[in-house]
Formats: sequence, C-alpha cells, structure tokens
Amino acid sequence: MTAPLVELRGVEKRFGGVYAVTGVGLALYAGEVVGVLGHNGAGKSTLMKVLSGALPLDAGEIRIDGRPVSIQSPRDARRHGIETLYQTLALAENLGAAANLFLGREIVTRLGTLDDHAMERAALEVIRRLSPHFDDVRTPVQNLSGGQRQMVAIARAIHFDARVLIMDEPTAALGPAESGAVGALIARLKAEGLGIFLVSHDLHDVFEISDRVAVLANGRLVGVRNTSEVTREQVLEMIIGGADSA
Amino acid sequence: MSLAQRLREAELDPRLLGMGIALVAIWTVLDATTGGVFLSARNLYNLAVQSSVVGIMATGMVFVIVARHIDLSVGSVLGFTGMAMAVMQTEWLPADAGWNWPVSLAAGIALGTAIGAWQGWWVAYRGVPAFVVTLAGLLMFRGGAYLLTDGRTVAPLHATFQLIGGGLEGSIGTTWSFLLGGLAILATLASRALRRRSRRRHGFAPLPLWAEVGRCAVAVAIIAGFVMVMNAYTRPRSEVGRGVPIPVLILIATALAMTLLSRTTRFGRYVFAMGGNPEAAALSGVDVKRVTVGVFAWMGGLAALAGAVTTARLAAGTNSMGTLAELSTIAAAVIGGTSLAGGVGSVPGAILGAVIMQSLENGMVLLGVSSALRQVLIGAVLIGAVWLDSAMRRRRTST
Repeated sequence: MTAPLVELRGVEKRFGGVYAVTGVGLALYAGEVVGVLGHNGAGKSTLMKVLSGALPLDAGEIRIDGRPVSIQSPRDARRHGIETLYQTLALAENLGAAANLFLGREIVTRLGTLDDHAMERAALEVIRRLSPHFDDVRTPVQNLSGGQRQMVAIARAIHFDARVLIMDEPTAALGPAESGAVGALIARLKAEGLGIFLVSHDLHDVFEISDRVAVLANGRLVGVRNTSEVTREQVLEMIIGGADSA
Repeated sequence: MSLAQRLREAELDPRLLGMGIALVAIWTVLDATTGGVFLSARNLYNLAVQSSVVGIMATGMVFVIVARHIDLSVGSVLGFTGMAMAVMQTEWLPADAGWNWPVSLAAGIALGTAIGAWQGWWVAYRGVPAFVVTLAGLLMFRGGAYLLTDGRTVAPLHATFQLIGGGLEGSIGTTWSFLLGGLAILATLASRALRRRSRRRHGFAPLPLWAEVGRCAVAVAIIAGFVMVMNAYTRPRSEVGRGVPIPVLILIATALAMTLLSRTTRFGRYVFAMGGNPEAAALSGVDVKRVTVGVFAWMGGLAALAGAVTTARLAAGTNSMGTLAELSTIAAAVIGGTSLAGGVGSVPGAILGAVIMQSLENGMVLLGVSSALRQVLIGAVLIGAVWLDSAMRRRRTST
C-alpha cells in the first residue's frame, strides 16, 4: 500500500498544563474523506489546527507522503498543500471577497503591485462555481450573508490546488441548496484525489460524505472505523462513552 | 436610481465626499464671516503651509490606527529628530559643505524610521501595548530632544535646507507650479485611462462615462485651482507669484506615496487585513509582527520628515518642537474617517481631516477667537465629527 497523504503520529498539544490533544495517530489517504467527530472540547479543532499550522505541536510528528515535515505556521501548511476552512471562516471583514481569497498570496503585476482586477476576476470565477449568483467581490465581506461568506472561505480553501483539505463545520451557516453544493464539491474534490478531513457535529453529514470516521474524546483518539461498517449508534456510543465499543 | 446607488456606481467613497462637502461648507462660512479674507490667495497659501506638518504625519497615523494601534510619540519624535538634524547640520558636519543638508536630512529620516521600528518591535515582539510603548516614547524622545543640546536652541540652518519649511523663498515659482500642475493633470487622466483599460481587459464594465468624466473634471479643477491660487499670492512688494510652497509639495508627494502604499502593495493590504481581523491575517500567512514593525517604522520616518519641515520653517532647532502634535495628528486622522476600532481609514481622508482642522484653527484666528476658546471648539468638532461618522455608518449598514 502507498504511504498515506498525511499521517499524524503521537500528536500532543498542551495549553499550560492541560492536554488538549495527546497521543493521537491518524492517517489520511488520497481520495478519501475522514470525518472527525467528538464533543465540544474533545480536541477536534485543536488537532486540525496543529495540522493547519495555526498551533505548533508540542510532541509527535506530521508526515506527508511518508516523510516527516515541520509545520510551524499556516504558511508552512499551505506550502505542503494543506488548506483549511476554519469554523470562524477567518475572513477580514473589512476587505472584499477577492482580497480575502488572495490574502497572503496576492496576484501582483510585473512591478510588484497588487493586480486587483486579475484577483477580482479569478475570485469571481471560483466563487461562482459554488454560488452562481455571486456578483460582488469588492464589497467588504461584512456586508455579505452568512452563506456567501462561507462560500468565500470555501473558495479560498480550494482555489490553490490543495492536496489536503481541512473543513471545520463547512455547512454550518448554509441553507439546503448551498449545503448540497458543498456536498457535491466535496465529492468532486475527492474524485480528484484530494484527502479531506471533515470536522462536524452533524453525524448525518459525516455518514453521508465520509469514508472513515475518527472519534475523539478528552483529547484522545477513541477509534477509527470504516463508515460502511459501523452504525450511528455505535459511533454515538464512542463519542459519549469515550471508549471503543466495537 | 437612488443617490447611494449612484455614488456606488461612480465608486465614490460617501465618507470622503461628505468630508469634502463639510470642508466646502466650513470655507464658505469662514469666508463670509471674515469678509473675504479667509479665501484670499494669501490666506489659502498660509493654510496650505500650516496643514503640511500635521498632514504629513496623519498619512502615517492612518496606517497605525487602521492596524489597531496608536502612536502617541510622533510629536516627540518630530522634536527629537528635528533637533538631531539641526545639531548635525550646524555642529557635526562641515557647515559650508553642499552635501551637508541632504546628508543630515537623510540621517534624520533614517533615525526617525529606526525609532519607529524600535517602538514597533516592543509592540509586536514583546507584546507591550502600543499605547504604553509610544507613551513612553513621548516622554523619552521629548527628554532626548532636550538632552541633545542641554536645551540650547540650534541655529542657523543651511540656507537650502530652510527652503523645505516654505518661508519667503520656500516655494517653486509660477512656472514650475504650472508645469507640475499640468503634469499632475496628465498623470491623473492617464491613470484613469489605464484603469478603464485594465477593467475592460479583465471583463469588468468600466465606470459609466458620466462618472468618469465627472471624476476627471473634479480632479482637474482641484489641481488647476490649487496651482492658480498658489501662483496668485505674490512676493512682497512685487507682482511675482510664489507658486506651490515646498512643504506643501512634500505633503502632496507623501500623500501620493502613502496612498499607493495603502492601495497597491502587499504591505498596505496586510495592514488593512490585520485591522479587520488580526487572527484571519495570521492564518492567511501574513507575518503580523513584521507588518506591525513596518507600520511604526513608516510612522517614525514621517515624523522625522515633519521634523525637517518644522525645523526648516523655524530656521532653528528647539527642544519644544512638535509638542502636542501627536494629538492634532490623531485628530486629523480620526476626523478624516479613520476608525479607532481598526480596519477603516484612508490617506486622502486624513489629509482632508488635517485641512479641516487647520481651516477651523486658521479661520478662528482671523476672527480673533482666543486660543483657549479655539481649543474648546476644536475639541467639540472632534467629538462631533466622530459621532456624525458613526451615526452615518449605522444608517448605512442598517439599510
């Protein structure tokens, strides 16, 4: 079998003396969706933030294509093809959709100045693939609806040829039509060979989309299952009980 | 079509437009109450020169405040660097060398930039709030300005250097003013044309023609009017027009550079992103700490440039230069629409803010209002302007 796209080994993250995540090992293969489940405070978001570079890990290692890599910052993660959709969206409210989409990776002219028109055009293209009626990439995103803002954040995560996508509650702010579009998008990205971590509270979503589920409780990995081989009740029991039932 | 829609279509910033209207109103009232003295060429010339020091610093303060910080040290940095330049010119460097003044000017600006970067380092890498760091800077550099010469006033300065201050000789004459004005008009038209072409090339509709023509007409009128007024003010006992004062030229160049920095560079974009959502900026790979140091470094450099203008204007270095200038600078930026919550502000707005404040000050002097009462009234205007701005913004976002 080929090496996993991403492998977390013995990952540990402390805040002060408190272990937010400890001893977690988890692999993600190309072309699969792994649902990450757990209560609030179980360590899902912390684990994902370690991988996205927002929080440097305290112990353990991250391997990409079987090789250990150092991810100290979001920039490092992006360089390794890891893109993240944060639950908070992480948008600068005072900037337009285009400026947000390209933040940190601006298109510049030959003189090195920002090429806003090129960024606006590219942004419009990618956002419209998700949300066909989107038309204003300049208005500060604080004036957009929750769903539109979510689309901007998703567009940012997929525009830069990611290999690994971390999606933290991607459909939380969306209506049914938009949720459907995101589901279809995930299926397409998966078919293109991306690996996707899907963090969600919504068991229904996770069972619908993911190939495997990983359950966390109290900062530890309870277990990993093939979605097709477990029932929701079993997974719920793992989430609540914090013990491997199956 | 509603007015708001039209404004949006013309890509006019309603806030900037409102300030422009406020300025015209203030000028009209002051001109009427002073019997036409306020809008005389002579007074407008003085007003322009008086606005330049605060205006120069306000362009940098916009960046600082947009990035959710504050810089209380700029008045003291102005005094300290101005004093350093004066001492360098008169005591350290050979007084009659032609390279004396450019070297001391460059060294002064480098010193200001270094001071700013040093303060920014405390803010960014040591986590001390900017309010505290720059409050300390206010004290330290005011004291430093005194220590440089033990309180002695330093004079005389190099004759060429003094031109920076815009004294009797410190303007560029009518011919150069017309030439530069003409160039500015051409550059404005060319940049609008380039913008239209770029929009078309990327498949966006260009600005409607009425809006484009209107914008260009207003810009041309402002440039031409400004040059003509500056040329209309003559030298004493002669018919020779003075032309644009050099400190105002410096202000215009600074404003242009800082506007470009804010709108067309990564650095400018990152400052606004940080102001809007620092966490998002960091997660997008922006080196927030480095940008913070950069913001304070620019501010320090601009304070030193303002120090050069002040020193040259006084034709001497004194340790009290720039006292309380930090407050006028912050007020100018805030009246000019910069939000203390961060993320919102513009360089042209800050310049307008500086001109509005200086107009009130200047007009009240003409009207014989006492300096104590002037302070009270300008304070009231500061509150009023910010209140009006936030009230308008609430209305805009709620509709």
